[in-house]
Amino acid sequence: MWEYTDKVKEYFLHPKNIGEIEGPDAVGEVGSIVCGDALKLYLKIDKGTGKIVDAKFQTFGCASAIASSSALTELIKGKTLDEALKVTNQDIAEFLGGLPREKMHCSVMGQEALEAAIANYRGRPIAVKEEGRVVCKCFDVTEEKIRRVAMENHLTTVDEITDYTKAGGGCGECRPEIEAILRDIWALKKPEKPAVPKKLTNLQKIALIQEIIETEIRPGLQADGGDIELIDIDGNKVIVALRGMCMGCLMADVTVKGIQDKLKELVGEEIIVEAQ
Amino acid sequence: MMKCYFDHVATNPLDTRVLDAMMPYLKDDFGNPLSIYEPGSKAKEAIENARGQVASLINSKPSEIIFTSSGAEANNFALRGIALARQNEGKHIIVSRMEHHSILNSARFLEKMGFAVTFLPVDKHGMVDPDVVKKSITKETTLISIIHASSEIGTIEPIEEISEIAKEKKIIFHTDAVAAAGNIPINIKELGADLLSMAAHQFYGPKGAGALYVREGLRIVPLIYGGIQENGRRAGTENVPAIVGMGKAAELAKEEMNARIEHVRTLRDRLIKGVSSVENIYLTGHPDNRLPGHASFCVEFIEGEAMLLLLAAKGIYAASGSACSSKALKASPVLLAMGIPSGLAQGSIVFTLGKDNSGDDIEYLIAEFPQVIKRLREISPYAKGWGIKGEGGECIVQK
Repeated sequence: MWEYTDKVKEYFLHPKNIGEIEGPDAVGEVGSIVCGDALKLYLKIDKGTGKIVDAKFQTFGCASAIASSSALTELIKGKTLDEALKVTNQDIAEFLGGLPREKMHCSVMGQEALEAAIANYRGRPIAVKEEGRVVCKCFDVTEEKIRRVAMENHLTTVDEITDYTKAGGGCGECRPEIEAILRDIWALKKPEKPAVPKKLTNLQKIALIQEIIETEIRPGLQADGGDIELIDIDGNKVIVALRGMCMGCLMADVTVKGIQDKLKELVGEEIIVEAQ
Repeated sequence: MMKCYFDHVATNPLDTRVLDAMMPYLKDDFGNPLSIYEPGSKAKEAIENARGQVASLINSKPSEIIFTSSGAEANNFALRGIALARQNEGKHIIVSRMEHHSILNSARFLEKMGFAVTFLPVDKHGMVDPDVVKKSITKETTLISIIHASSEIGTIEPIEEISEIAKEKKIIFHTDAVAAAGNIPINIKELGADLLSMAAHQFYGPKGAGALYVREGLRIVPLIYGGIQENGRRAGTENVPAIVGMGKAAELAKEEMNARIEHVRTLRDRLIKGVSSVENIYLTGHPDNRLPGHASFCVEFIEGEAMLLLLAAKGIYAASGSACSSKALKASPVLLAMGIPSGLAQGSIVFTLGKDNSGDDIEYLIAEFPQVIKRLREISPYAKGWGIKGEGGECIVQK
């Protein structure tokens, strides 16, 4: 079972502010029953001061979704709308003493419901769905959302994105795309591997090929139960041996071609890869 | 607070009589069954005795039982062992979408190795149609594996009919009987399967002991290579206490089978009747043809993990196939395969009863469960009919 903090358990077993508000000033809806969690947030706002005087919620979802929704209402009550908008998903998770990594999307859902409610109050279109291209079709997650959540939570891996947004957690088809988005985001901050100098010495070339095989190629093969061994480098000819599940695999030729393409891209067009 | 354990498909408590039988082999009788001196032969004797007890549970010969570490190992062994042993005759295997992960993932492994795998559909009760099995057979088919009884929905599959079809076409037939063995009568002669998997902790034996029945004369490639244990088909020094425990548990299961079935079936029927007054609750799996202690439901408008944890807070332990209760955050593939909408599958809850449950346990559950549902429906926005818009919509969870 999940390891929930005592605070999560308390807010799940005895949630505060459940239910509807009669004649609410703002309503925010996010999620859907099909995706496993949904939240409807109701706000009562004092017109004069712009403060949230009451907040209630209805949630369909697991223990952490219910606790996160309840925590959200506690966090925003008494705040002005502008103050409330500064509440982030980390604040919700922190309020609960942390959430299991895989359940962070519950805190993100809270933050989104709040944004939707305030947009609703301010008369902007109820942007339940964020604008932009849908990357994860299983859970209907847009590129916009992936970028925002990644930046705000300093996420660098696809698995982390799945934990926070569910994107990539269904059929998994969009995982390469998420990876590309992440590379794009963090390329702004973290330089990618140093650009290859125009003319490599033989020693540099060998070292570079070794490094690329170790860091870029092997992990992917190993994830599928296969492996690769660098046998020799003869001029521009790279000789490798496929191991593990790759041995005798019908897709071995495709794999070798893929490795060649990668080395051509990162080392030089002249590289040829041969399997032993 | 009352404590009611209703998760017997997860595991069973160890019967004290089984523990008593195991104790000597955890303490004084520590010999290695391969050693030729007295402590060794004593351990060897204990294993062979257990083999006889397990064989007797399913009416096989003792030599047809291979001990493994678990039901999952037995399933891996059967699928990979037969597929590889017969790969020169063909490279196609058939499994159903009801299977346990140890079958599905073994099948996917074989797929990567170049085998073709057919994943059979099921009807709304989770039943595999023998005609569909027949139609899926190709010249290349060497192995069919269909679960005997589903741990998630309790449905018992038409194993005898499917094994007839397999026999006719000279295809090897395996059944994963982990949830069934020790809980319902199994006579391998009537069932007709060539291989059958079992796990001791599903019938009050210890964890860490399983067995694969392999019909006499059937060739199988080992999963674990090494010494000559289990006739060279499963290497590794035997887990003597666990095997002794499995034997004793099998003996007790056989002796007490009818009484246990009668007991849990009566309780289960009371449970199903007791919660049927709740609105929008659906029994999953086959209404009659199901494991005697198995009651599984989908409860509309609420989510399984929340139900599970609220019940646990009241000392009631159950299981769920909802997305949020699994680490992978995917709704149960079994429920989806039956055509249950993914929104409804989120409200999955499974109660599995055992011989030690009492009528009081059931009364307690019948009193508390509707309260839990009511509580969560008060929290849920869907209970009052708020946009079930997403239902059947775009949120496609992986097959």
